[in-house]
Amino acid sequence: MFERENTEAGKLVDHLFRNEAGKMVAVLTRLFGFSNMEQAEDIVQDTLLKALEIWKFGTIPANPQAWLYRVAKNNAIDIIRRQKLKYKIDSDLAQQLKSEYTLAPLINEMFSEHEIKDSQLRMMFACCHPSVSPESQITLILKTLCGLSTGEIASAFLTKEDTINKRLYRTKEKIRSEHVQLEYPDTSEIVKRTDAVLKTLYLLFNEGYSSSHTEKLIREDLCEEAMRLTLLLTENPKTNLPETNALMALMCYQVSRFHSRLDDKGFIILLKDQDRSQWNRFLIEKGNEYLQLASKGNNVHEIHIEAAIASVHSNAHSYDVTDWNLILGLYDRLLQQTNNPVVALNRCLVLAEVKGSEAAIAQLKELEGMADNCYYKTSMGELYFKTGNRGEAMKYFSEALKITGSIAERELLERKINALNNR
Amino acid sequence: MEKFIYLFRGGRRLTVSSEEWKAQGQKWYQWIQSLQQSGTYLSGDPLQGTGKQVTGTEKIITDGPFTEAKEMVGGYIIVHAKDIGHAVEIAQGCPIFEENGKLEVRPIQKMG
Repeated sequence: MFERENTEAGKLVDHLFRNEAGKMVAVLTRLFGFSNMEQAEDIVQDTLLKALEIWKFGTIPANPQAWLYRVAKNNAIDIIRRQKLKYKIDSDLAQQLKSEYTLAPLINEMFSEHEIKDSQLRMMFACCHPSVSPESQITLILKTLCGLSTGEIASAFLTKEDTINKRLYRTKEKIRSEHVQLEYPDTSEIVKRTDAVLKTLYLLFNEGYSSSHTEKLIREDLCEEAMRLTLLLTENPKTNLPETNALMALMCYQVSRFHSRLDDKGFIILLKDQDRSQWNRFLIEKGNEYLQLASKGNNVHEIHIEAAIASVHSNAHSYDVTDWNLILGLYDRLLQQTNNPVVALNRCLVLAEVKGSEAAIAQLKELEGMADNCYYKTSMGELYFKTGNRGEAMKYFSEALKITGSIAERELLERKINALNNR
Repeated sequence: MEKFIYLFRGGRRLTVSSEEWKAQGQKWYQWIQSLQQSGTYLSGDPLQGTGKQVTGTEKIITDGPFTEAKEMVGGYIIVHAKDIGHAVEIAQGCPIFEENGKLEVRPIQKMG
């Protein structure tokens, strides 16, 4: 062990643990088979706890990752030698694990960078297997690949830890009974299955990006994890589809303004008020690169269009010079592929920029099923405010204030109501 | 500035869940970090649980020591501090106390 100078010990450990936990669980599950995933998780837990115990006096190894892997590997070898696995090894590596000659070399091999990436990809497919419900897919990915605790997952989804535990238990039972393996889908299935994984990763990203209830740190981690896993997909030719790159582009564009959306007091800054010089140019450029790559091929997915919309915003120098007509056209295109009311609502806000607030209000009124939606009410309030109808604006802002669950949103609405009162 | 050694005794996790222990571990890292950032921390290491004792004129070798868990020295840290009062004050922030452990502060003899 060597001493590290100026380690930001707390942050290093937390980040390291989270990243490495996911990788180690993927590798060990690849080795032992999906049915033994829980034991894989236990080994990783023990490894991290041991690290905590030993590193807590301030001496952290020069290569913490290698230290963690060494402990995990030894633990795994020991468990196999003593035949302490709960379920039969049903991975395709079972034979090699049985022989003493190949056991250690195989385990060493599987902890190489290339194999770790491979295991994570297989894990993504397994977690997003058709027999796993969409809700459970995200939960499983967060628990296994992203190293989040059940407490953190519960907090991210505003639900109880018990609910998450039950869901995980049921999912694992299902996986066992259906003999789901950590493998790549057949060539005939891989595009469809990759699309399913992308959908889950997008949902995961949105939890981090759009959720205004949860702790900031967890939210950033969720976005980061979604991007990390999507990046893995772009690095493998089998899964590097145009839509994979489109998702990557979309995430880059959105994260480029992650920190511009709230000021240092935690108050919401609307798109039109954001300081665009604070937007991360590197990420915007990356987004542009990925969008380029995404334009290969003939299919246009929803995600392509969403990425294109994000691109127009991200590359515009200011709110006023944004090409609203172009965006409106893209939304029209998007609505041909989906009837998501939130998309329709967003289109109306763009319409306001092109045809004026009154036209937008008329269209919004025709939207079905959104009347009780907080975002709908806030938008209506904003549009009425623009037309000078203070009465209606006040009505909608007040209604929104009653139903919003977000502290930041509440503050924004109160600000708007105050502005109306002070006129 | 003087040098002091902190000897940590006891405070090992026994029955807490791994979640709580992770949270506890975070507290250790934050405390260590604050010592490192203020230039107080000089070095530190954990000690393994087992060892040997060599005793007396006969140099008798035994396994051990086998003291109670709460008396076992689990690790040490060497710090810079103005005086022993200051060293004790710094020690207050250590998470070992929540674990009902013990921290011994000993000045290191100056050689100069």
